[in-house]
Amino acid sequence: MLKTPIYLDNNATTPMDPRVLEEMLPFFNESFGNAASRNHSFGWTAEEAVDYARERVAKLINSSPKEIIFTSGATESDNLAIKGVFEMYAAKGNHIITVATEHKAVLDSCKHVEKLGAQVTYLTPSADGLVSIEQIKEAIRPETILITIMYGNNEIGVVQPMQEISALARANNILLHTDATQAVGKIPVDVEADGIDLMSFSAHKMYGPKGVGALYVRRKNPRVKVTAQMDGGGHERGMRSGTLNVPGIVGFGKACELCMNEMESEARRLSAMRDRLEAELLTMEESYVNGNRNHRLPHVSNISFKYVEGEGLMMGVKDIAVSSGSACTSASLEPSYVLKSLGLDDDLAHSSLRFGLGRFTTDEEVDYAINHVKTAVNKLREMSPLWEMFKDGIDLKSVEWQEH
Amino acid sequence: MAYSDKVIDHYSNPRNVGTLNKDSNNVGTGLVGAPECGDVMRLQIQVNEETGLIEDAKFKTFGCGSAIASSSLATEWLKGKSIDDAMKIDNMDIVEELALPPVKIHCSVLAEDAIKTAINDYRKKQGLPEIH
Repeated sequence: MLKTPIYLDNNATTPMDPRVLEEMLPFFNESFGNAASRNHSFGWTAEEAVDYARERVAKLINSSPKEIIFTSGATESDNLAIKGVFEMYAAKGNHIITVATEHKAVLDSCKHVEKLGAQVTYLTPSADGLVSIEQIKEAIRPETILITIMYGNNEIGVVQPMQEISALARANNILLHTDATQAVGKIPVDVEADGIDLMSFSAHKMYGPKGVGALYVRRKNPRVKVTAQMDGGGHERGMRSGTLNVPGIVGFGKACELCMNEMESEARRLSAMRDRLEAELLTMEESYVNGNRNHRLPHVSNISFKYVEGEGLMMGVKDIAVSSGSACTSASLEPSYVLKSLGLDDDLAHSSLRFGLGRFTTDEEVDYAINHVKTAVNKLREMSPLWEMFKDGIDLKSVEWQEH
Repeated sequence: MAYSDKVIDHYSNPRNVGTLNKDSNNVGTGLVGAPECGDVMRLQIQVNEETGLIEDAKFKTFGCGSAIASSSLATEWLKGKSIDDAMKIDNMDIVEELALPPVKIHCSVLAEDAIKTAINDYRKKQGLPEIH
C-alpha cells in the first residue's frame, strides 16, 4: 500500500539518508565538543571529525580540503561569495554578470551590492534556459570582476556549459562563482575540470541535514579571497566566523561520500524514471516540457499543462507533493520568474508542475503520480471553457475577454 | 491554503458541468474573466419559455478551486428560479455559503457577473432591454 502524499519535491529538499543520520548522532551528545577548543580531547575529537568530513566533501568536487568553507547552507554561501568578492575586489572593478534565472539568494545578493555601487548585468537565457557564451562575452567589461551562473537550475534542471563559461572567465581574468546546490551529488562536478573559482552547495539537497553547506574558495591559480560577512572568532580561514556545526558537518561529509559512491547508478535509475514519467505525461495533448531536455539534471522534469489553471491543478494533485510554477504570495498567484524569463506566457507558467525525483522514489510511486496527474489534468480540462474553445478551433487570443 | 469542506466538495464533485447550445433562443451565456487573470467562467442558463423559470444551468470554469466551487454552486441555485429571483443572487451569498476567505472573494464576484451576463444574453435574444 502506497503512503500518500508521495514526495516528489526533491529539489526543495531531500529526506536524510539513514546512514547519514547514524553517523551524526554521537556528535550531538557524546562527542559534543567545540571543534575550536584546542585544549582538551572534546575539542580534538570534534576537530578530527570536521577534518574528516572536509576531506569527504572536498573529494566529491575534486578540491583540496583547505578550499572548503563550511556555512549554514547555500544561501549563506551565495551571499558570502557575491558580497565577499565585491568587497575584496573593489579596487579591480565593480561589474558582475549573472542570469535572470538564478536563485533568489544570488539575485538578491546582486541587488544588495548594486546599492553599494556595483553594476550588475542580468542575462536573459534563451527559451530553453541555456545562456550562450556569446551573450556572456558581450556583457564583459574591463571592470567585470565576477560571473555568477548556476550550475543546474532548481526549477527546470537545465545545466549550463560551465567549462566553456570558465574558459571565457579565465581568459578575461574574471572570477567564476556557481551556485551548484542542485548539481553537486547528482552529476559529476569537478572544480578543476570545470574551472570554478567559487562554488556554493548544500547538504540537505543531497540527503544530508539542513542547516549546513559550503562555499568552495579556490586557493591557487588564482588564489581567491572573499571578505568575511560574519565577524567573530576567525573560523574557516577567517572567511566565516562562528562555531562549527559539528553534527551537521559530519552528516554533510557522509552525504558527500554516499553521493560519490552511488551517483552513477542513482543518476541512471532516476533519469530512466524521470523519462518514463515525462513520456507518459506528454501523451496528453498540449503538455510541454520546460527547459532544454538534453542538458539537464537527471532527476528533474518541469511540465506545463495548457488550459488548466495552476492553483486548481495543485488542488487536484494533492496526493503528490510537487512544486508549481505559481508562487503563492499572500493575495495573488505570481507566475515563476524563472519560467517567465524563458518567455513563457503567464498561463503556461502558472500551469506547470516541477517533479523532483530522489534516492527514495520508487517505480510504484512514479506510476501513481502519472495516473494522479493525468486524472487531474483531464478532469480540469473537461471543466475548462478554454479547453473546449481550443478543441473547437477558437483562437483564444482573438477572444475579447472581460477582464476584472 | 486551506479550503472549506464545501469548496472541496464542489471541486471534487462539480454540479452541472457542461455546455448548452449557445445559439438556442432560450439559452443565455455569460463568459467572464480572462485567461491571464487566471479565471474564466462560462455560465449558461436555459429558460422554459412557458413558465419563465430557469430549467437548466451549466458551467465550465478555468480557475482555482474556489472559482470552480462558486460557479458550481451558482448553477445549483439558478435551477428552478425565475429571472427576477436569479438577478437577486448576490456574491456575498456565495461567499457565505462556501466560507470563502477574503483573497477568494473575487471568485464570487465573477460568478455573480457570469449570472448577470447570462441573463442579459438571454434577454437580448428575447428582444428585452438589459437589466442590472
